[in-house]
Amino acid sequence: MRNYEVTFIVDPVLSGDEIKATAQNYVEELKSHGATIVHNDEMGLRQLAYPINKRTSGVYYCVEVQVPNGEFVNKIELAMRRDDRIMRFLTYGLDKYGVKYNEDKRAGKIGKRKPKVEADADVPKGVTKTLGKPKKQAPAKKEAVQTQAKVSETKAAVAEVASEEEE
Amino acid sequence: MASRDDIKFLSNPKIGNQRKKYCRFRKFGIKYIDYKDPDFLTQFINAQGKILPRRISGNSLKYQRKVASAIKRARHLAMLPYVTDLLK
Repeated sequence: MRNYEVTFIVDPVLSGDEIKATAQNYVEELKSHGATIVHNDEMGLRQLAYPINKRTSGVYYCVEVQVPNGEFVNKIELAMRRDDRIMRFLTYGLDKYGVKYNEDKRAGKIGKRKPKVEADADVPKGVTKTLGKPKKQAPAKKEAVQTQAKVSETKAAVAEVASEEEE
Repeated sequence: MASRDDIKFLSNPKIGNQRKKYCRFRKFGIKYIDYKDPDFLTQFINAQGKILPRRISGNSLKYQRKVASAIKRARHLAMLPYVTDLLK
Protein backbone atom coordinates (compact mmCIF):
# COMPACT_ATOMS: atom_id res chain seq x y z
CA MET A 1 0.00 0.00 0.00
CA ARG A 2 1.20 3.44 -0.88
CA ASN A 3 0.30 6.82 0.49
CA TYR A 4 -0.33 9.76 -1.75
CA GLU A 5 -1.33 13.34 -1.25
CA VAL A 6 -3.53 14.97 -3.88
CA THR A 7 -3.53 18.74 -3.47
CA PHE A 8 -5.61 20.91 -5.75
CA ILE A 9 -6.86 24.48 -5.99
CA VAL A 10 -10.49 25.09 -6.90
CA ASP A 11 -11.60 28.25 -8.66
CA PRO A 12 -13.00 30.63 -6.00
CA VAL A 13 -15.42 32.27 -8.44
CA LEU A 14 -17.75 29.29 -8.11
CA SER A 15 -20.37 29.33 -5.39
CA GLY A 16 -19.64 27.64 -2.09
CA ASP A 17 -21.76 24.61 -2.93
CA GLU A 18 -20.13 24.16 -6.33
CA ILE A 19 -16.67 24.29 -4.77
CA LYS A 20 -17.63 21.65 -2.24
CA ALA A 21 -19.27 19.55 -4.95
CA THR A 22 -16.10 19.73 -7.08
CA ALA A 23 -13.93 18.61 -4.18
CA GLN A 24 -16.38 15.87 -3.29
CA ASN A 25 -16.43 14.75 -6.91
CA TYR A 26 -12.67 14.12 -6.85
CA VAL A 27 -12.85 12.42 -3.47
CA GLU A 28 -15.45 10.07 -4.91
CA GLU A 29 -13.33 9.52 -7.99
CA LEU A 30 -10.35 8.61 -5.82
CA LYS A 31 -12.54 6.14 -3.96
CA SER A 32 -13.69 4.63 -7.25
CA HIS A 33 -10.02 3.90 -8.08
CA GLY A 34 -9.77 1.82 -4.93
CA ALA A 35 -8.31 4.46 -2.65
CA THR A 36 -9.09 4.76 1.02
CA ILE A 37 -9.26 8.35 2.20
CA VAL A 38 -6.91 8.84 5.12
CA HIS A 39 -7.73 12.49 5.58
CA ASN A 40 -9.46 15.22 3.62
CA ASP A 41 -7.96 18.54 4.58
CA GLU A 42 -9.92 21.58 3.50
CA MET A 43 -7.35 24.32 3.72
CA GLY A 44 -9.89 26.88 2.64
CA LEU A 45 -9.61 30.13 0.73
CA ARG A 46 -6.02 31.33 0.51
CA GLN A 47 -4.31 34.21 -1.20
CA LEU A 48 -2.20 33.05 -4.14
CA ALA A 49 1.42 34.10 -4.25
CA TYR A 50 0.98 35.06 -7.91
CA PRO A 51 -2.13 35.35 -10.13
CA ILE A 52 -3.31 32.22 -11.97
CA ASN A 53 -5.83 32.76 -14.79
CA LYS A 54 -6.36 36.28 -13.46
CA ARG A 55 -7.46 34.97 -10.06
CA THR A 56 -5.67 36.14 -6.95
CA SER A 57 -7.09 33.62 -4.51
CA GLY A 58 -8.03 29.95 -4.51
CA VAL A 59 -9.69 27.29 -2.42
CA TYR A 60 -7.16 24.66 -1.39
CA TYR A 61 -7.93 21.03 -0.76
CA CYS A 62 -5.48 18.34 0.26
CA VAL A 63 -6.63 14.71 0.24
CA GLU A 64 -4.36 12.07 1.72
CA VAL A 65 -5.13 8.61 0.35
CA GLN A 66 -3.87 5.08 0.72
CA VAL A 67 -3.94 3.05 -2.49
CA PRO A 68 -2.70 -0.40 -3.54
CA ASN A 69 -0.78 1.01 -6.55
CA GLY A 70 -0.11 4.24 -8.40
CA GLU A 71 -2.35 3.61 -11.40
CA PHE A 72 -4.91 6.17 -10.30
CA VAL A 73 -2.44 9.07 -10.66
CA ASN A 74 -2.65 9.37 -14.43
CA LYS A 75 -6.41 9.03 -14.46
CA ILE A 76 -7.09 11.59 -11.78
CA GLU A 77 -4.55 14.02 -13.22
CA LEU A 78 -6.12 13.73 -16.65
CA ALA A 79 -9.54 14.44 -15.15
CA MET A 80 -8.15 17.47 -13.31
CA ARG A 81 -6.40 18.76 -16.41
CA ARG A 82 -9.66 18.67 -18.32
CA ASP A 83 -11.55 20.39 -15.55
CA ASP A 84 -11.84 24.17 -15.76
CA ARG A 85 -12.77 24.42 -12.12
CA ILE A 86 -9.36 23.13 -10.99
CA MET A 87 -6.68 25.80 -11.18
CA ARG A 88 -3.71 23.73 -10.02
CA PHE A 89 -3.09 20.24 -8.73
CA LEU A 90 -0.21 18.25 -7.32
CA THR A 91 0.00 14.55 -6.60
CA TYR A 92 2.75 13.66 -4.20
CA GLY A 93 3.87 10.21 -3.10
CA LEU A 94 4.51 10.25 0.64
CA ASP A 95 7.38 8.36 2.22
CA LYS A 96 7.08 6.93 5.72
CA TYR A 97 8.27 10.16 7.28
CA GLY A 98 5.62 12.10 5.38
CA VAL A 99 2.91 9.76 6.63
CA LYS A 100 4.17 10.14 10.18
CA TYR A 101 4.39 13.91 9.80
CA ASN A 102 0.77 14.09 8.63
CA GLU A 103 -0.36 11.89 11.50
CA ASP A 104 1.48 14.06 13.99
CA LYS A 105 0.09 17.19 12.40
CA ARG A 106 -3.44 15.89 12.77
CA ALA A 107 -2.74 14.98 16.37
CA GLY A 108 -1.61 18.58 16.92
CA LYS A 109 1.99 17.67 17.73
CA ILE A 110 3.38 19.82 14.92
CA GLY A 111 2.40 23.31 15.87
CA LYS A 112 5.88 23.75 17.25
CA ARG A 113 7.42 24.70 13.93
CA LYS A 114 5.38 27.74 13.07
CA PRO A 115 4.09 29.19 16.35
CA LYS A 116 7.26 29.08 18.40
CA VAL A 117 6.11 32.06 20.43
CA GLU A 118 2.93 30.27 21.44
CA ALA A 119 4.87 27.21 22.47
CA ASP A 120 6.99 29.39 24.73
CA ALA A 121 3.87 31.02 26.17
CA ASP A 122 2.43 27.59 26.90
CA VAL A 123 5.47 26.54 28.86
CA PRO A 124 4.48 28.17 32.15
CA LYS A 125 1.05 26.50 31.97
CA GLY A 126 2.70 23.19 31.22
CA VAL A 127 5.04 23.63 34.14
CA THR A 128 2.22 24.34 36.53
CA LYS A 129 0.33 21.36 35.15
CA THR A 130 3.29 19.06 35.51
CA LEU A 131 3.87 20.41 38.97
CA GLY A 132 0.24 19.90 39.86
CA LYS A 133 -0.07 16.38 38.53
CA PRO A 134 2.72 14.62 40.40
CA LYS A 135 1.41 16.00 43.69
CA LYS A 136 -1.93 14.37 43.03
CA GLN A 137 -0.51 11.20 41.57
CA ALA A 138 2.35 10.71 43.96
CA PRO A 139 0.23 10.04 47.10
CA ALA A 140 -1.87 7.55 45.20
CA LYS A 141 1.22 5.72 44.08
CA LYS A 142 2.58 5.74 47.60
CA GLU A 143 -0.68 4.35 48.89
CA ALA A 144 -0.61 1.66 46.25
CA VAL A 145 2.92 0.78 47.22
CA GLN A 146 1.93 0.76 50.85
CA THR A 147 -1.05 -1.48 50.20
CA GLN A 148 1.14 -3.80 48.19
CA ALA A 149 3.62 -3.81 51.01
CA LYS A 150 0.81 -4.56 53.45
CA VAL A 151 -0.42 -7.37 51.26
CA SER A 152 3.04 -8.84 51.03
CA GLU A 153 3.39 -8.46 54.80
CA THR A 154 0.12 -10.18 55.42
CA LYS A 155 1.08 -12.93 52.97
CA ALA A 156 4.37 -13.33 54.76
CA ALA A 157 2.56 -13.42 58.09
CA VAL A 158 0.12 -16.02 56.77
CA ALA A 159 3.01 -18.07 55.46
CA GLU A 160 4.72 -17.83 58.83
CA VAL A 161 1.55 -18.89 60.58
CA ALA A 162 1.16 -21.79 58.15
CA SER A 163 4.74 -22.88 58.69
CA GLU A 164 4.25 -22.64 62.44
CA GLU A 165 1.14 -24.73 62.21
CA GLU A 166 2.93 -27.36 60.17
CA GLU A 167 5.59 -27.57 62.82
CA MET B 1 44.47 61.76 18.72
CA ALA B 2 42.41 58.77 19.69
CA SER B 3 43.79 56.92 22.60
CA ARG B 4 44.41 53.20 22.56
CA ASP B 5 41.15 52.45 24.37
CA ASP B 6 39.03 54.21 21.69
CA ILE B 7 40.67 52.34 18.85
CA LYS B 8 39.80 49.02 20.45
CA PHE B 9 36.09 49.35 19.58
CA LEU B 10 36.36 50.82 16.13
CA SER B 11 35.94 47.34 14.64
CA ASN B 12 33.36 44.78 15.73
CA PRO B 13 35.05 42.58 18.33
CA LYS B 14 32.85 39.63 17.33
CA ILE B 15 33.89 39.79 13.70
CA GLY B 16 36.66 37.27 14.08
CA ASN B 17 34.86 34.35 15.74
CA GLN B 18 32.55 32.81 13.14
CA ARG B 19 29.61 30.84 14.41
CA LYS B 20 29.67 27.30 13.09
CA LYS B 21 26.81 26.62 10.66
CA TYR B 22 24.86 23.42 11.05
CA CYS B 23 22.09 21.52 9.34
CA ARG B 24 18.96 22.08 11.39
CA PHE B 25 17.26 18.98 9.95
CA ARG B 26 20.07 16.76 11.10
CA LYS B 27 20.39 18.51 14.42
CA PHE B 28 16.70 18.41 15.35
CA GLY B 29 15.85 15.16 13.58
CA ILE B 30 13.37 16.63 11.08
CA LYS B 31 12.83 13.94 8.46
CA TYR B 32 10.04 15.43 6.36
CA ILE B 33 9.74 18.88 4.88
CA ASP B 34 6.16 19.89 4.19
CA TYR B 35 5.59 21.73 0.91
CA LYS B 36 2.27 23.05 2.27
CA ASP B 37 3.97 25.10 4.98
CA PRO B 38 5.14 28.28 3.22
CA ASP B 39 5.96 30.05 6.48
CA PHE B 40 8.58 27.42 7.24
CA LEU B 41 9.98 27.42 3.72
CA THR B 42 10.46 31.21 3.68
CA GLN B 43 13.44 30.62 5.94
CA PHE B 44 15.24 29.11 2.97
CA ILE B 45 14.53 31.76 0.34
CA ASN B 46 15.81 35.29 -0.02
CA ALA B 47 13.89 38.51 -0.61
CA GLN B 48 13.65 37.77 -4.34
CA GLY B 49 12.17 34.34 -3.69
CA LYS B 50 15.37 32.51 -4.66
CA ILE B 51 16.45 29.39 -2.85
CA LEU B 52 19.37 30.09 -0.53
CA PRO B 53 22.51 28.10 -1.23
CA ARG B 54 23.86 25.56 1.21
CA ARG B 55 26.80 27.80 1.88
CA ILE B 56 24.39 30.23 3.56
CA SER B 57 21.64 28.00 4.94
CA GLY B 58 24.11 25.38 6.21
CA ASN B 59 21.88 22.47 5.22
CA SER B 60 23.39 19.10 4.49
CA LEU B 61 23.14 17.99 0.87
CA LYS B 62 20.39 15.47 1.56
CA TYR B 63 18.09 18.04 3.17
CA GLN B 64 19.04 20.86 0.84
CA ARG B 65 17.67 18.73 -1.99
CA LYS B 66 14.48 18.11 -0.03
CA VAL B 67 14.12 21.79 0.85
CA ALA B 68 14.64 22.76 -2.80
CA SER B 69 12.02 20.34 -4.08
CA ALA B 70 9.57 21.36 -1.33
CA ILE B 71 10.00 25.01 -2.30
CA LYS B 72 9.46 24.16 -5.96
CA ARG B 73 6.25 22.28 -5.10
CA ALA B 74 5.06 25.21 -3.00
CA ARG B 75 5.76 27.53 -5.93
CA HIS B 76 3.72 25.35 -8.24
CA LEU B 77 0.78 25.54 -5.80
CA ALA B 78 1.15 29.33 -5.59
CA MET B 79 2.04 29.17 -1.93
CA LEU B 80 5.38 30.77 -2.66
CA PRO B 81 6.16 33.17 -5.51
CA TYR B 82 8.46 32.26 -8.41
CA VAL B 83 9.74 35.80 -8.71
CA THR B 84 9.12 38.68 -6.38
CA ASP B 85 10.73 41.59 -4.64
CA LEU B 86 10.80 42.53 -0.98
CA LEU B 87 9.39 39.20 0.15
CA LYS B 88 10.70 39.67 3.68
